Amino acid sequence: MTDATLKSTPLNALHRDLGAKMVPFAGYDMPVQFPLGVLGEHKHTRAKAGLFDVSHMGQVRVDGDRAARMLETLVPGDIAGLTAGRMRYTQFTDADGGILDDLMVTHGGDHLFVVVNAACKGQDIALMREAFGDTLTELADRALLALQGPMAVDVLAALAPQAADLTFMTGAAMDVAGQPCFVTRSGYTGEDGYEISVPADGADALARKLLEHADVEAIGLGARDSLRLEAGLCLYGHDIDTTTSPVEAALTWSIGKRRREEGGFPGAARIQKEIAEGTTRKRVGLRPEGRAPAREGTEIVDADGTPVGRVTSGGFGPSVEGPVAMGYVARDHAAIGTSLSLMVRGKPLPATVVKMPFVTPGYKR
Amino acid sequence: MAVKYTEDHEWVAVDGDVGTVGITEHAQEQLGDIVFVELPDVGKAVVKGDEAGVVESVKAASEIYAPVSGEIVAVNEALADAPGTANTDPTGTGWFFKIKLSDMGELDGLMDEAAYKDLIG
Repeated sequence: MTDATLKSTPLNALHRDLGAKMVPFAGYDMPVQFPLGVLGEHKHTRAKAGLFDVSHMGQVRVDGDRAARMLETLVPGDIAGLTAGRMRYTQFTDADGGILDDLMVTHGGDHLFVVVNAACKGQDIALMREAFGDTLTELADRALLALQGPMAVDVLAALAPQAADLTFMTGAAMDVAGQPCFVTRSGYTGEDGYEISVPADGADALARKLLEHADVEAIGLGARDSLRLEAGLCLYGHDIDTTTSPVEAALTWSIGKRRREEGGFPGAARIQKEIAEGTTRKRVGLRPEGRAPAREGTEIVDADGTPVGRVTSGGFGPSVEGPVAMGYVARDHAAIGTSLSLMVRGKPLPATVVKMPFVTPGYKR
Repeated sequence: MAVKYTEDHEWVAVDGDVGTVGITEHAQEQLGDIVFVELPDVGKAVVKGDEAGVVESVKAASEIYAPVSGEIVAVNEALADAPGTANTDPTGTGWFFKIKLSDMGELDGLMDEAAYKDLIG
């Protein structure tokens, strides 16, 4: 806790007031869990509403008429096709078609609003700075809160009625409890909910205001991870990285039709070829039998015991009430319903390839 | 009945030559919500310090070590369906296994309650 090299978010004092267990994460001093505990926080978010501090993530604004076209030189997503208020998930790719990071892009009307992962933000911003020059502004003076769960809409609409009008994957500027915020109806839990970009100096007051609501609990990184895993969402550095392409990662849905045809993004040759011909391996969901979780790095074998892949994220799904995992398997073993085994502590644990997400999403489309 | 503690935050309560083993209140707090416990087979011979099982929280797996040498004579089958008992009652119904000690002298190398309390501060 006394590590002077760790950065802290504007909600650090709040986390401590709430009795959070703090851990270093991506260079930040972050809450891994609150007194409610990972299991309770996870279930609370699925039942009511959870408040997450995601201020460690990078927030960037890009101005200028050319912003969308220029961003398309870095990502395979259809950014030029975004209309005002709409947002999209995409990835920064490298020349070999590997994934440098994944990101969210929102058309803010007169600008693009981009959110990138904390661990990659230095590199991402350098990459974007090269393309955008001084039309890019790093929003270091803003915090980011996520309010997730079926009650999130009621909680936020009480402070900002406009929030109820947003649908999944749209965003707008609005005042929330008197703070000038940029709000998107999005998240990383599989639930309905919002991400709220708020001035850093007003973040503590806004978070405390949201927590005053009886249905809202503070949620740490532990439950954030189990929620996103059940939702089948990738964690950068684990499920996707420079060794995986968006096609292998089963993210082809995020590459628009025009981009598939036109290319014009880093690694387009490989990615277009993979879309046309398939890949040798694919990211799939895995449901182990019994209760033992299979963790990241677990070897996946076929019926003969031949290695066919590896788990990239795995653990216990509190809402599934059992172990869940995702990982890459050889193409011939990637079909839904395929029986495989996971080598947990030297013993083969039977598992089945299943469709993700592991839980029914609550997105308001 | 003497209760002794290890540096791995396990307790062993000895009755005659059989010790009941579990994790301490401090350990369950540190682990967080326990979702799975893998226990040794009854009849297995273990040496003090051997890995005797695994306890998994939502986030991570941690080894359970044999606090003393001997033979596993019973395991807490109830943990299979209710692993959370290791959180709610770690020093009672959340016990892990019973071990028939092969060397009672090993107990002298473990901590008493006062020494354990000093360790966890």
